[in-house]
Parts: sequence; structure tokens; C-alpha cells
Amino acid sequence: MRCGCVALCRGGVTVPQRGWVWQYLSMPDSAANGSASANGTAPAVELHNISKGFPGVVANRDISMTVERGTIHAIVGENGAGKSTLMKTLYGLHQPDSGTIAVNGTEVEFGSPSDAIDSGIGMVHQHFMLADNLTVLENIILGAEPATGGVIDSREAARQITELARSLGVEIDVNSPVAELGVGQRQRVEILKVLYRGAKTLILDEPTAVLVPQEVDELFENLRRLVDAGTTVLFISHKLDEVLAVSNRITVIRQGTTVGTVTPAEVTRRQLAEMMVGSDLPQPEPRTSEVSDRVRLEVKNLSVSRPGRRDLVHDVSFAIHSGEILGVAGVEGNGQFELCSALLGREHSNGTVAIDGKDVSHASVRDRKNAGIAYVPFDRQREGLMLTSSLWENNLLGQEEKFTKYGFVNVAAARAACREVISRFGVLTPNEDVPAFALSGGNQQKLVVGRTMSMNPAVLLAAHPTRGIDVGAQAAVWEEIRTARDAGLAVLLVSADLEELLGLSDRVIVMFEGSVVAELSPRDATPELLGSYMTGAKVAAR
Amino acid sequence: MTGKRNVIDTLPRPVVTLLSSLVAVLLALAICGVLLLVTGKDPLAAYRTILETGLTGNKLLEMLKRSTPLMLSASAVAIGFKMNLFNIGVEGQYLFAALIAAEFASRISAPPVLHVLLTLVVASAAGAFWASIAAMLKITRGINEVISTIMLNFISLSVMQWLFDNYMRDDSDGGLRVTTTEIAPSGQVPDIVDGRLNGMWLVALFVVFCYWLIVFRSKFGFRLRSSGLNSTAAQTSGIAANRMIVVAMLLSGAIAGLVAMQSVVGEEYAYGPQATPTGFGFAGIAVALLGRNHPVGIVVAAMLFGFLDSTSAVLQLSGIPNSIVKVIQAVVVITVVIVNEATSRYMNHRTAEQTAAALRADKVGT
Ligand SMILES: Nc1ncnc2c1ncn2[C@@H]1O[C@H](COP(=O)(O)OP(=O)(O)OP(=O)(O)O)[C@@H](O)[C@H]1O
Ligand SMILES: [Mg+2]
Repeated sequence: MRCGCVALCRGGVTVPQRGWVWQYLSMPDSAANGSASANGTAPAVELHNISKGFPGVVANRDISMTVERGTIHAIVGENGAGKSTLMKTLYGLHQPDSGTIAVNGTEVEFGSPSDAIDSGIGMVHQHFMLADNLTVLENIILGAEPATGGVIDSREAARQITELARSLGVEIDVNSPVAELGVGQRQRVEILKVLYRGAKTLILDEPTAVLVPQEVDELFENLRRLVDAGTTVLFISHKLDEVLAVSNRITVIRQGTTVGTVTPAEVTRRQLAEMMVGSDLPQPEPRTSEVSDRVRLEVKNLSVSRPGRRDLVHDVSFAIHSGEILGVAGVEGNGQFELCSALLGREHSNGTVAIDGKDVSHASVRDRKNAGIAYVPFDRQREGLMLTSSLWENNLLGQEEKFTKYGFVNVAAARAACREVISRFGVLTPNEDVPAFALSGGNQQKLVVGRTMSMNPAVLLAAHPTRGIDVGAQAAVWEEIRTARDAGLAVLLVSADLEELLGLSDRVIVMFEGSVVAELSPRDATPELLGSYMTGAKVAAR
Repeated sequence: MTGKRNVIDTLPRPVVTLLSSLVAVLLALAICGVLLLVTGKDPLAAYRTILETGLTGNKLLEMLKRSTPLMLSASAVAIGFKMNLFNIGVEGQYLFAALIAAEFASRISAPPVLHVLLTLVVASAAGAFWASIAAMLKITRGINEVISTIMLNFISLSVMQWLFDNYMRDDSDGGLRVTTTEIAPSGQVPDIVDGRLNGMWLVALFVVFCYWLIVFRSKFGFRLRSSGLNSTAAQTSGIAANRMIVVAMLLSGAIAGLVAMQSVVGEEYAYGPQATPTGFGFAGIAVALLGRNHPVGIVVAAMLFGFLDSTSAVLQLSGIPNSIVKVIQAVVVITVVIVNEATSRYMNHRTAEQTAAALRADKVGT
């Protein structure tokens, strides 16, 4: 089931060889920047007995780990294991309850991220934090503007950034607006932003969650250049194949403590997964289904236009039958988001959309929802959650009609419904009263997916449904989608995870620059073939 | 979580909130005390005067009476706040509504209770109408409601002046009266305590209760709050943003329309540019902030402001500038914001310490 990605990594342009890592371990330390008390071979980061708690939860318990300089160090673990919490501690976003941090052999205390940055530690968050209407240059220097006498020296900044970009191995036009960049390029800008502030240790929280394999390869190729130059990279990922392929060391965290640190050569994927969950992994079985000939979602000549520019979605037509999953492959930013928005009725579009034979082309979001459409959003925090509200209120969002009596919310029933989602989807939380921000990323995702599935939709638009969910729980989500599919649900599945896409879909379409450029059967769709369609290298006649 | 617990952590959240608000008020008094000192007045004497005069029966009744328009105005503002709509136009809305309702009440004749009810409905409708202009500008033209409601405050004043001077002024005694025609007894709201507390106080309390019911318990309120917390998520879930804006603005305006009704149907029995009090639209913003948009908070904050206002006349008599009352009110709003922030940080810090303690205990145990 999981072999697809490895094959792709190997088959891609940049083949990470397991052995390449070792040269760095024995490499003379080129990164010693002569900082005061640091001794030449001190590890980049040492965490000693770090503990950190939140109300009702101990997120990190007595964690110790060492990150050698000039290495790529991966951190893996189940949802809610405490990975992000640990990285936020290292970046000074919050302070540990106990334990110490040493950078380059010197003990440090970070009161805020700016202290961490001063010590050469930078972090790229999973959700990018760039200002869309500013240029690449402006975004990068924002908050650290090089100024002479109050005037920003853009030319000098541009020079420095171009130089940094070269060291990363990327070409970037510093004057283009960020709004026009794809997700992969935005991530490079985030990394440049951190490097520009002088980071020698880079923390990346789930950097590959939405990248397609080619982009993942490119990212790691860039990171490797940095590592060559002495930078240290710490990254969190749920994709074990990629972790095994690119990291020098892997630290496994389970229930807030470290289970151990291994090298990729020592473990198999399965062993790694077992270290994470403490038991064998459930193996989802591929299953075929009966696709009925009843059309549930029919889309004809759908376009989303922008004045004066290329269509975001261009003349897309397809039909999804009852009991069918239609996969959408493509590099993020090629119209998938706008396609979903248009289907939801959130964005103006031309063309026709029909649900169960009923024309909803001009219907409102609510009317389409009442017609049976439901949506797992691309960005759970922006489109799906009220972070400061309780879980039960979050679960209520979108189904308040169902839990209303005489105009008033039936709180007891709404809470019960939330508890059911929590147990059915394994959301790790003390109860349904905690605010949504208190859940780990993967558990927020489970809640959002659970809420959507519990609405019993006729048509499901699922964008990256398992984004940020750990390997064990992924199988459960896939199973839920499959079961609903077998019961007659029609699914539009957008995913960057080719294994998920090929494993679940009955048919796959590929989107490139807003158009559907190919339609394939998952059996014929090799990762290489998909890759060439997704990058526009190949165009098929449909 | 078995570690030793601090007293504060054992208290339920509302109590902690109340305590922290109390601290904020004391802090504000301290700051204003320094101000008084600097200006050469004796702060202790000033505060003693405030307490001694304020805590008498009559003054307490006056406090309640003064809290009436504040509760209404704060609820009107808070409904908007709950969905990130800033209705700065309560001032214009309630004055406009007062004029229209007073004129309406003086022209109709109806049995006692009905007369009052109809008048209040007209006041609400007038307030909602004035607020709807801002709502329409926002959804059709995208004009920020802060700007449009402020502008509408000015327009309201001019329109009223024109209406009042040309059509609604009572000229029965040769232009001596500067009010509308007096409302007949059937349209007057009686006092609860003669001359001290009017029945409109109960109406205001009832409105705050409705505010709670609608905003915190109804489906509409859930949608309203969701839109305020994350408009993208709300819209994605099928909540129509424009509809919410219109309904929230109308509700806000409807409540705003009642702000001056205590004066119109309970005291003066008419509207008059001098007779009808002004400034409650802005005081309401402060009260809503102080009460954190929560119904109980709004009632308490309105009483605090009412208490301070009630002592202001006496202060003047004892040689202390009564503007100190306004200063205290303003400073309290700021200190509350600061103290709330500090409290939540303290709570986070305590939890962290407790967890660490629990962890150490764990280790000793095993
Ligand atoms: N701000 C917070 N307040 C309360 N609890 C929190 C907070 N942040 C995290 N937690 C809790 O701490 C635990 C660890 O969360 P963390 O985000 O570190 O997990 P994670 O390993 O990054 O998981 P994921 O893979 O799902 O992102 C979880 O149980 C979570 O609910
Ligand atoms: Mg995380």
C-alpha cells in the first residue's frame, strides 16, 4: 500500500541516497562560527529533560534529544504526541515548565522567538504566514528591514536575498507579489525569510504536508544544499518514507516522551511506525466498489475567471456517480481550491453544477449544502474552525439547523454529537469543552473530518482529508470515506498524497493551470505519468 | 493534575473574572488618585465624598436609574461587537428614535399599556431604520460601518433639527416650549420608586436578558458569534455574511432606539434638544468593553458607571472637579483590558507550574 511514494522518490530527478548522509557526520565542522563559548564540535541543539504542560494535558514529559550540527533531523510521532509543542519550545514561542536548552553547547533561555532568532534558530510554521499583497522582498525583510537613516535599503536587501536564494539553489524574482506564487515557492520564501534573519538551525513543522512528490524532492534538494553549508534542519513529518529517505537521524516521540533516536539505516518503515504507535500498524486493504450509474454531482463547463488574467478554473466538466471517488491530482495552486469554492457556491463561476439532478448553479452556499454537499477544507484553521471556541461549538458549525429547537440551540444534543465525533474519529482531547486551539494539528483535522462525515452528505468535497493526520489514524479516515462511498456517497478527493489518491479513487483527473489535462484510471496512473501531467510536461487528449 | 492548588485556581472562572475586574477598578482609582494629587486635590477626600454620597439609599436608586440607558446602549454596541461590527452610531440612532417616538406617542391615543408598547416599538423601528442605512452601505458598497455610522450621527442631528423645528415642535404656547407635544398619561411609564426610579429600568433589564437569550442561546446568535470569530469558516459552513450583517445591524439599532426612552416616556414625556440626554452612545461603548460584551458584565458595568455619575453633582459642591468621574470611567476601561490580560497570563503560568509539580511528584512516586 505504501510503496508508491518511495518508488517516486527514487524515480524522481533527485534521488536521495541513504549513504550520502554519512559524509556530513564525519565532515570537519565548517559551521563553527566562532561564537563565544561554543566549542567546535558542540551539537547544534541539545534539549535536556524538557517538560511542558497545558490545562489537563502533559504535552512533553522529560524529553531529551541532541541534534548534531549540519544534519537533517526528523521528528515523528502520532497526532498529539507533542512534536509541535517541543518545536515551539525550542523556538521560544512558549517556555518549558522544566528542562534546559543548549545551542552550540551554550545553555540558553528563550523568552520569545526573537531570542531564538538571535541564537540562530528559525522556524517555518505549517501554515504560511506571508502577506499576499506584498512582494517577495517585502515579505522577507518585514520586521528586519535593513535601513540607513530610516530609509529601507531595498537594493542591498535584494542583493542579500538573491545570494541566499543561490545558496539554497532556487531562482526567485524578489519583486513578484507573493499572491502569484505557488505553494512550493511560498515555502521557499518562508525559508528565505528565516535564513535572512541569520538562522543556522531551521525548524520546519510538517513542511511537506501539501507538497506533491516532485516538490518534496525539490525542497529536500534545497535543504541539502543548506546542510552542506553547515545549516542544521529539524523537521516534523508524517510521511515515513520521506523521513527515511532524507534524514540523518530520526527521533520518535510517543505520548509526550522520546521513544528513541535512530538512523534510517537501522529501521524499516514498519518498525518506525511501530515505534510511533507502540504496536503493529493496521493495514488498509485496497477495495473496489460498485459504482452505480446514478450521477450525483454533475459539473459542466465550469470556469472561474479573473478580469484580465488566465482563468483560475477553465472549462472543467465531470460527473461523479453514486459510490464513486473521483481523485483530483495536481500541484497545489492549479485551480483545485477555486474549483471547490465554486462547487460550494462560495465563489462566482460560470457553467452548471447539478446535485442529484437538481441544478444548483445559482444556489447559495446554504442551499447547496441542503442539497447534500459537504466540504473538508484545504485549510482547517482558516476555513473550518473557530480556534477560541469549544470543540462542541466547532462541531456545531454548519449543522446548527439540525440542533435547533424553537430557534434555540439544543446544547445537550450538540455536545453529545461532538462526543460521538470525538470517539468515532479518535480525537485526542480531555473533553468537548476545550478550545479548538488546544488540539494538536492532526486532531483538529480529525474533528473537522468527523464533523463533515457526520452530516451524512450526498456529495463530499474532500481536500487533503488526512493532512497532518498520522499514519495509524489515516487508515481510519480512509475507511470512513470508503464506507460512506459504499453507501452511495460521491466524493471529489483532492490530495497531494499520491498513494492516498491512487489507493482511494475510482478515477483520477489531473488539473494543471486551471484545466483538466488528463483523466486516468488509478491502475494506469503511475506516479511518473501523473507527475508529467501535473507539471504540464505532458498533455493528454481527454 | 494532583499538585497543590492555589486558592485562585479553585475558584470558578466567573469569580476570577469578577475579582480581576475589581482589581482593575481599584487600579483605576489609584491612578486617578495620583492625578488628583498632582492637581493639588486630596484624593482620599474625593473618594470619601464619592462613597459617602453614593452609598445612600437615594443615590443608589439614582445609580439604577442612570444605568438604564447605559445598559441599553451597551447591549446595542455589544451585539455588533459580537460579529466584529462596530456600531459607533448608537448616539445618532437613539436620538433620532427618541424624536420620532415622542412625536408618535403625542399624536396617538390608545389604552395605557398599549400606548407605551406601541411607542417603544416605534422607537425600536426608528433606531433600526437609521442603523439599516449603514448596513445597506456596507453590503452594497462595502463602506466600513465605523465611518458610515459616525457620519450618520451628524446627519441624524441635522435631520432631527429640521424635523423638530419645522414639524414637531410644540408651538401651542407661543414657542416657549422647546420640546415636542407632551405625551398623554396613557403613554407615560410610571415610576417604581416615586421620582427616583422609573419602570423603564425593568424594560432595560429585560432587554439585556433578551440580548443574552438571542446572542448566547439562539441559533441566530450562534451564527452571529461564528461570523465574528471566523468569517471565512462561517461563510463556508453556509452562513450568509450579508444577511448576518443586516440582521445584526437592525437588532443593534432596534435596541439603540430605546436608549433615551426612559427620558421620553418616563421623565419628560416629550423629546427636546435640551431635555433629552446625549452622549450615551459613546458611554455605551465603554460599558460594553468593561462588561466584555457579557450580559452580566454589562449590567454590572452600567451600574458602576451609573454610580460614579450619580455622585458627580455632589463632588462639584465639595470643590472637586466632577470631570474626575469621567476620567475614572475612562481609566477603568483601560485598566480592565490590562488586568484581564495579566490574569489570563497568570492562569497559564499557574497551570504550567502545576503540571511541572505533578511531573516531579510522578517521578518521586515511581
Ligand atoms: N495551546 C494549547 N493548550 C492546551 N493544550 C495544548 C495546546 N497545544 C497543544 N496542546 C496539547 O498538547 C498535546 C501535544 O500537542 P502537539 O501540538 O505538540 O502535538 P503534535 O505532536 O504536533 O501532533 P500533530 O501531529 O497532530 O500536529 C496535545 O494533546 C494537545 O492537545
Ligand atoms: Mg503538530
